[in-house]
Amino acid sequence: MNRILFVLTPMTADRSFWMPARGSTGAEGVDRTFYFVFWVSVFFFALIVGLMVFFVIRYRRREGVGPQASASQNLPLELTWAGIPVILVFVMFYMGMKGMVDLATPPAGAYEIKVLAKRWSWLFEYPNGHVDEDLHVPLDVPVQLLMRSEDVIHSFYVPTFRVKQDIVPGRYTKTWFRATKEGEHLLLCAEYCGTAHSDMIARVIVHPSGEYQRWLENAANFVSRMSPADAGQRLYKVQGCAQCHSVDGKSGIGPSFRNVYGYERVMAGGAKVLADENYLRESMLNPNAKVVAGFDAIMPTAQGRMDEEQILAVIEYIKTLSDRWTPSAPETTSQPATSQVSDKRP
Amino acid sequence: MTTSSLTYPDRIDGPDGARGDESYLGGRHGLRSWLLTLDHKRIGVMYLISTLTAFLLGGVFAVLIRTELLTPQRTIMSADSYNTVFTLHGAIMIFLFIIPSVPAAFGNFVLPIMLGAKDVAFPRLNLTSYYFYVFGALFALFAIALGGVDTGWTFYTPYSTAFGGQVIPMVFGVVILGFSSIFTGINFIVTIHKLRPPGMTWFRMPLFLWALYATSIIQVLATPVLGITLLLLIAERVLGVGIFDPQFGGDPVLFQHFFWFYSHPAVYIMILPAMGIMSELVSVFSRKHIFGYKFIAYSSIAIAVIGFFVWGHHMFTSGQSSVANAIFSALTFAVAIPSAIKVFNWLATMYKGSIVLHTPMCYALSFLTLFAIGGMTGLFLGTLNVDIHLHDTYFVVAHFHYVMMGGVVMVFLGGLHYWWPKMFGRMYSETWGRIACLILFVGFNTTFFPQFVMGSQGMPRRYFNYVAQYKPYHELSTIGSYIMAVGFVIIAVYLLHSLFRGRRAPANPWGGGTMEWQCASPPPPENFDQPPPAGDPYDFTDLVYDPQIEGYRRADTPDHQPAGRPA
Repeated sequence: MNRILFVLTPMTADRSFWMPARGSTGAEGVDRTFYFVFWVSVFFFALIVGLMVFFVIRYRRREGVGPQASASQNLPLELTWAGIPVILVFVMFYMGMKGMVDLATPPAGAYEIKVLAKRWSWLFEYPNGHVDEDLHVPLDVPVQLLMRSEDVIHSFYVPTFRVKQDIVPGRYTKTWFRATKEGEHLLLCAEYCGTAHSDMIARVIVHPSGEYQRWLENAANFVSRMSPADAGQRLYKVQGCAQCHSVDGKSGIGPSFRNVYGYERVMAGGAKVLADENYLRESMLNPNAKVVAGFDAIMPTAQGRMDEEQILAVIEYIKTLSDRWTPSAPETTSQPATSQVSDKRP
Repeated sequence: MTTSSLTYPDRIDGPDGARGDESYLGGRHGLRSWLLTLDHKRIGVMYLISTLTAFLLGGVFAVLIRTELLTPQRTIMSADSYNTVFTLHGAIMIFLFIIPSVPAAFGNFVLPIMLGAKDVAFPRLNLTSYYFYVFGALFALFAIALGGVDTGWTFYTPYSTAFGGQVIPMVFGVVILGFSSIFTGINFIVTIHKLRPPGMTWFRMPLFLWALYATSIIQVLATPVLGITLLLLIAERVLGVGIFDPQFGGDPVLFQHFFWFYSHPAVYIMILPAMGIMSELVSVFSRKHIFGYKFIAYSSIAIAVIGFFVWGHHMFTSGQSSVANAIFSALTFAVAIPSAIKVFNWLATMYKGSIVLHTPMCYALSFLTLFAIGGMTGLFLGTLNVDIHLHDTYFVVAHFHYVMMGGVVMVFLGGLHYWWPKMFGRMYSETWGRIACLILFVGFNTTFFPQFVMGSQGMPRRYFNYVAQYKPYHELSTIGSYIMAVGFVIIAVYLLHSLFRGRRAPANPWGGGTMEWQCASPPPPENFDQPPPAGDPYDFTDLVYDPQIEGYRRADTPDHQPAGRPA
């Protein structure tokens, strides 16, 4: 049977009429089962519609000619057309089940990446602590994903890998794959999750195995490689600031980052504070010290999660979002912030 | 035998009451005589008008969806509007149109007449069911007026407990609609058990009644689960009781189990009555005794029973265990067999028949073609590893539209054209009927076939924006939806035209052997003075075409007209 299936399955490595390109070891088994079901269906469809059209033409009503006498029941016939589908669907069931077990069982020692899904973005956390918005994986290495959701149900879907797994809040779900195709693959959210569900898209980037470690080490040090403001923007996304603080002026759970720096802020209790670098730094490390009027004191501290260099980068990013900041004098603005560190430590 | 056990209070009235020779449409006039009627035929017609109105509304939403998806970005509406529109399309089509369409509209009209009875067993319960439908629909409209719902028609938690818009009135409307469905189910079960005429044994019943019987069992047993589930959803949303919401220790997957425990059997509530109509149409328009009567009858019951145990196939990617997945997959394949048996028996019925392509038969053949595709694409989704790839993609969307629209709606239209002369006493234009059927068939395939391809290529469902590679499929699909819209407009025009200008329908325009073709078109208020003798409903040998009345009559009963041609 395998030989027949081999012939029936289009062997192009790239996308065929029905299926996207194959990018993982699991894809081939799925496609083989797909095409088995497909050709069985095509055969029966042709049989049913062919007979139907033939009967309509052959036995069309003619003037003065009645229906011919024929039986209205036949047990052997009934058992035949019930029995053949039973055998065929059993084969489908078996192929599907076997394939599913393969897809559900990762090999021992798979490389583990943690996935956080939330409305409407993906975050991938690598073993060295690096967090990225795209999923970077090594070629030809089994990768297991440990996934969690922060809000509603999402679903991790990579069509070229034939992998899909719902991510249910309140528990972990797992999936695994072994990528066989270098380059970029589309990663989609397949469970409806609200307004920007269809924009909850990321990339899977498959690196040749030799280059993966180098990429990972490099990526983890992005703060030292990028300009502080760019690094800050990235941290803003991957550290979760974006969930509560918008950059377009709209208040969320917390105040927007737009036009904060250089402006006077009214605190709960009525005190006015100028939002300078020290204020921003304090707000990250000790968020409840000064809470802007109209908001709850619920922000978690950045202490232990971000180092001073990273905090500085985020401050730089917030500054770029303010009308009262001109990029002409970056040195003078960052200087007091660092000197302030020693003042506050004790 | 049934006359003494039932009374019909709506006909106990003054001198302006129904006269014996009038049809059910005549006699008492005025809105009140309709709104308070206990006549199953009038209730059936009211259901027909209401469900068709819902179909129109759902159809408008469908065209809006397809228009929005013409381009990969925003076309005519925002993402939030789109999410609301696809939710309302689904909810209206499922709960307000397709579930009540065949059983409540055609079932109510035809079932008692097919039994030679004067009405259903509980006429008041029947009217109550209609009003529950109306109240449920009003709640849904109220929810729409307040801004609508954007949860998808499946109301998955925790999305529906935390977000979603006017979830509470919408869900409460669905609970009320559930009662309407249960009342109809109870009524039909009792009517079929108790009001069959002498001589009509279970295996001499028309197969449409077997299908309605199987449907009613599901309605009565499954719908309460939906009601309870949705009330728990409301409790979770209002009180945070911690059943479905993980924030309070609940389990969102539990909701999916409860929801699909109803909603999978519900697809059989939709398709089984359609299969029943199919059996009538294929037999009558082939003038051949239905092939394999008992197999078709038992397969309806088998589908109803097995259909209760396959709900988990909606959750193959939810993280449920591999063992559960395997069991649900096996049961899903098991439920495919009775459907296959039905298809082969219909084909065998046509063999050596005398087939005529009147409009209802055109719809029956469309059903056979489209249901074959819809049914067999279900095999892909029942196959575990393939489903993991196809789950929640447009492949699923295409599959259920082939089953629900290519299947149920096509046969619904077949039934509408088949019983239209009986319901309203008028014939429509056969030419336009066939043209519209062809337009719908072409439009349907143009709309939904590309969705199989884009789905297997990885396009997820419920997407507002999409990746550019799927654009050609979406464009074709949208064009197809416009073609279908044209087809539906044509149908509406010639059917409405027939009400005023159509030729008067004979009692039996198609040569049907079931009892509804033995009373006048439209039937008198009490259907029959005496229940006609129950024979084999699929024996057409003594039905002859009489060109003078442009219909069929029994060869041995020349009482079709006073003038009396020699028989």
